[in-house]
Amino acid sequence: MLEFISQPWPWYTSGIVIAFVMVLLLFFGKSFGFSANLRTICSACGAGKSVKFFDFDWRSQSWNLLFLVGAIIGGFISAEFLSSGEPVQISQATIQDLQQLGISAPDGMQPTEIFSLSAAFTLKGFLILLLGGFAIGFGARYAGGCTSGHAISGISNLQLPSLIAVIGFFIGGLITTYVLLPLIF
Amino acid sequence: MKSIKFIIAGILFGIVMSKSEAISWYRIQEMFRFQDFHMYGIIGTAVVLGTIATLVIKKFNLRDFQGNPIVFTPKEMSVPRYIIGGTIFGLGWALTGACPGPMFVNVGFSYWAIFIAIGGALAGTYLYGAIKDKLPH
Repeated sequence: MLEFISQPWPWYTSGIVIAFVMVLLLFFGKSFGFSANLRTICSACGAGKSVKFFDFDWRSQSWNLLFLVGAIIGGFISAEFLSSGEPVQISQATIQDLQQLGISAPDGMQPTEIFSLSAAFTLKGFLILLLGGFAIGFGARYAGGCTSGHAISGISNLQLPSLIAVIGFFIGGLITTYVLLPLIF
Repeated sequence: MKSIKFIIAGILFGIVMSKSEAISWYRIQEMFRFQDFHMYGIIGTAVVLGTIATLVIKKFNLRDFQGNPIVFTPKEMSVPRYIIGGTIFGLGWALTGACPGPMFVNVGFSYWAIFIAIGGALAGTYLYGAIKDKLPH
């Protein structure tokens, strides 16, 4: 049993649990959407004083901040107790493509070329994470949701806007993958 | 108890995102290069089951644990908003390899560099709030 748990889990377990979490939140009277937390944090930090968009009762969203805290704890539990420490099992084709960009084959969960502190505190590494994060925050609010709100909750509710947003996610993702990454690395 | 259930739901989410490697930059690259079914399997299974659950909830007018009706708010129709916003989001998603949920799961994994991306995401959210009335929606 423990051995099974410490191995990476197949995709369907993840899909089932994500759908379960979405339904669980519905039965808690809430809706699954992670990026709303970014707006809530801005508001809790006092952004409502200068910008109307953040002037709302952020405490009404504190349930979602608790979900966020849980997500961090879940990551910690996985890393400390449920992990075999094996590298991510991506396909050989991806490994080869990434090696051509100068990104080494997986050694853990994340590439050291981006996520090690020594890489993150070079100018290039810092800007990759900062600007990447910036686009995620700006784009998620502009599109009114992220992967959880649009790709999972929205499409499950057969919302055409969510499908359009997901098409947008892929347009952006493909531009980064095939145009920006070769320029950056 | 009222609040602990949200933490537990979050823990469940954090564990499953980690264990299925959906928080990995490598997996997101593999997805955008269409080189494995893994991420499509995760999202696809979640959407199929989510759609069935949503239909069942609507069909039988199910109520939440407090007895209130479960309401689904339809999203306002627009094309530019979702295409432009979505594309900007996607640019960042493929760059950092983490959408907002996995960003925080990575904190639990002690990838401290992700705080730079989280800081960027908060700044991006703030800028959107500040200029939203000037953007096409």
